[in-house]
Amino acid sequence: MSTPAIEISGLTKDFPVGFWRPKMRRALENLTFHVDDGEVFGFLGPNGAGKTTTIKLLIGLIFPTSGTAHVRGRSIEDIAMHGEIGYMPEQPYFYDYLTARELLDYYARFANYGTSERRERVGKFLERVGLSAAADVQLRKFSKGMLQRVGIAQAILHDPPVVILDEPMSGLDPVGRREVRDIILDLKRNGRTVFFSTHILSDAEMLCDRVAVLAGGKLQGVGAPREIVAMKSQSMEILFEMPEGRTLPPALAESAMPIGGRTRVSVADAALYATLEQLRGCQARILSVSPVLPTLEDYFFQLIGGPAGQRGIEEISR
Amino acid sequence: MSATIGPVAVNTFREAVRDRVLYNLVLFALLMMGAAILVGQISIGIEQLVISNLGLSAISLFGLVMAIFIGVGLVYKEIERRTLYSLLAKPIHRWQFLVGKYAGLLLTLAVNTAFMTLGLAAAFLYVGGRAGRADLPILIAIYFILLELALVTALALFFSCFSSPMLSTLYTLGIYITGVFAPDIRSVGQFTKNPMLLGITRAIYFLVPNFHNFNAIAAAGHGDAIPSSIIWQNSIYAVLYVVLLLVASAAVFSRRNLK
Amino acid sequence: MTSPGQHRVLWTTVVAVPLLLSAIAVVQMRIDAGGRAPGDESDLLLRSPDAVRRMSLGYDALAADIYWTRAVQYYGTRAGTEGARFDQLYPLLDIATALDPKLVAAYHFGAIFLSEPPAVGAGRADLAVALVKRGIAANPGDYLLASDLGFIYYWYLKDYSASANAYLQGSKMPDAPSWLGIMAALVAQRGGSIETSRMIWTEIYNSTQDKTIRERALEMLRDLRAIEDIEVLDQLAQQYKNRVGHFPASSADLRDEGLIRGNPVDPEGYPYVFGPDGRAQLDPQSPVTIPQGLRLPGELPH
Repeated sequence: MSTPAIEISGLTKDFPVGFWRPKMRRALENLTFHVDDGEVFGFLGPNGAGKTTTIKLLIGLIFPTSGTAHVRGRSIEDIAMHGEIGYMPEQPYFYDYLTARELLDYYARFANYGTSERRERVGKFLERVGLSAAADVQLRKFSKGMLQRVGIAQAILHDPPVVILDEPMSGLDPVGRREVRDIILDLKRNGRTVFFSTHILSDAEMLCDRVAVLAGGKLQGVGAPREIVAMKSQSMEILFEMPEGRTLPPALAESAMPIGGRTRVSVADAALYATLEQLRGCQARILSVSPVLPTLEDYFFQLIGGPAGQRGIEEISR
Repeated sequence: MSATIGPVAVNTFREAVRDRVLYNLVLFALLMMGAAILVGQISIGIEQLVISNLGLSAISLFGLVMAIFIGVGLVYKEIERRTLYSLLAKPIHRWQFLVGKYAGLLLTLAVNTAFMTLGLAAAFLYVGGRAGRADLPILIAIYFILLELALVTALALFFSCFSSPMLSTLYTLGIYITGVFAPDIRSVGQFTKNPMLLGITRAIYFLVPNFHNFNAIAAAGHGDAIPSSIIWQNSIYAVLYVVLLLVASAAVFSRRNLK
Repeated sequence: MTSPGQHRVLWTTVVAVPLLLSAIAVVQMRIDAGGRAPGDESDLLLRSPDAVRRMSLGYDALAADIYWTRAVQYYGTRAGTEGARFDQLYPLLDIATALDPKLVAAYHFGAIFLSEPPAVGAGRADLAVALVKRGIAANPGDYLLASDLGFIYYWYLKDYSASANAYLQGSKMPDAPSWLGIMAALVAQRGGSIETSRMIWTEIYNSTQDKTIRERALEMLRDLRAIEDIEVLDQLAQQYKNRVGHFPASSADLRDEGLIRGNPVDPEGYPYVFGPDGRAQLDPQSPVTIPQGLRLPGELPH
């Protein structure tokens, strides 16, 4: 088996909170998983789960309390490892007195290109992210979406085998998001490994070979998106019409959802026929019976215990 | 190694230039011209002395203000604005980043001082002086000013690694003033018969950068020759101290968790 | 858990920092040893107290202390060296007292060491007078300053009427001890006599805290004692001559004649000798000196 692109083992991070006698807040607990070479890997979780903390640990912006991590076999303590990764922070800021071209050129100097090759690459990648027109405008005049694109460009300009993106889609309009998705797929086609974090589950479902779900600093599950949601039981959805003057039995009425003259109700697989019988007893007209395909979202909410639970996870300033 | 430090230095220099910080040069030029014209009216034989003292003091002061003003933000700003994050993901050690920032600011100060020196020379010519060997002390005085600025910049950089700009300014200024008056502090200690005070003032004298060493403005004004031994000693002193501060900065910064 | 990276950082710092600090201290000591750093004489570019006051931005008292400290240091590093001159002493004291007119210690210091002839002082009693007069004007109740003034006139300038006036002025100040009045009277009456001088130097020794001044007072008292001894010996020599017909050759002759007992020695332990004219003198090797300008016996009006 080849070396995994990213290998995380027992990674734990505590932050001190408070000034005089600081207490430790555990932001990440015993995180262990790996990312295979050449796959697109999604890192999911609600805000405050520890996703950015994990990525910052990989990049060396913060240091682990315990545990190790390796990228392509090199420890995160090894600076040479940085030559093989591309990183885009969430909400990137850049030197606003530079133009886009100057910024890319600046970052490109840390990879060993000759002058003309560097110039060429900068031009090529500006075009790739659609910023050729604005190449010589100072970054302080850029919109958020444009800055995001600059961020991706500087992350992939030196053609790193492993690309690490922190919330690459955040703040982008649907067009921008589609562009980012295309770039990620393009990278995968060229054999690169992409590791990105997001809380937009539909993107993860669409792009990722595998995902890891993080909540409250702990790993909740790792696997292909399909595998994860398959863990949850299926349910069936019945669409029907109630005749005039008839009402549903109270048990059903609770979970029924009227929509424009029709009613929809979801029931567990096992309870399907019993419910159909009940409806027939009410003279309801059955329109359709279809399986509910669960999404990562459902898995999420189940995990966290509903939307209220999701917000319940503290978001302490990171 | 220069592949990483160099770009950081050049970028820092570029930031200073585009930040319009170097516009102080215009102010300095005006000051020098005004002084030269004013002094031309006096003509009691001390024009050169006045221009020398005024010019050198101004070069020192402007340089000092710039060194502190920009220096305290060198690292702090990059952390605050998160511009540092993408940079540290590149194959560059944190200490190389620090040295690059330092070198960039030093370069800015050197360029600034060079232009101001030209302005000073112009003022001299205006009052009828001629360039000659007697000007050597002035150039040496300027060199000492540069050494002083190198030290102050290193101080500001050090504080910038862990403290806000306002506090860093206070600390840097505090140490600078203490350094200027270091010999007096030691004298006071020698005065008292209290051995503890004597020990403390001696410790302060050797710990604090002794800026008093670099003040050659008066000597330059009178055209006194400055012995080469002093030039060597001051240079070595400055280099040692700057290295000390850079090492300390690297130590503080290298394991810092960036928010 | 510390990583190898953290270890490296720790060790580099622990080793490098003390090393560098020591090296820095060594270089600094070299710089100091090399004599005057360029910055040493720079302060006196501002000779005008007004200019200094403006520069100190309100921190007058602090600036005064600094200049006072520098004045003492200036004196201390030069005193005792051959051919030392103290040209900057007055400007330094001038500035210090201008910034803080109540810096009494500075006036006292200037009174002695501005007046003393080189190589002990600046040899400018006139400047000392000017300084102390300003001190009296700013500190009208300080009788010690008046006493300083009287002393300068008496000892260095030999202006006895001015000296008496100064002592008189001092005696009129509140809480002035009685000896000031006595001094006024004595000086006016007698001019420069040994007793007066001894009284003055004893008073100075008793009233000052300044170590340098005290040492000087002791020296002077020692020298005055020698003068007294010589006075007595001269009288004895005269008696000897009257009895024997010629002057004694040494103290042994006086002993033989029964005029004295024991062997008279000066305060440093050297025996007195007699010159060919019968006048007693100090042993040439003795470190004791006779202060100039003091009237010797035989010159006093009786």
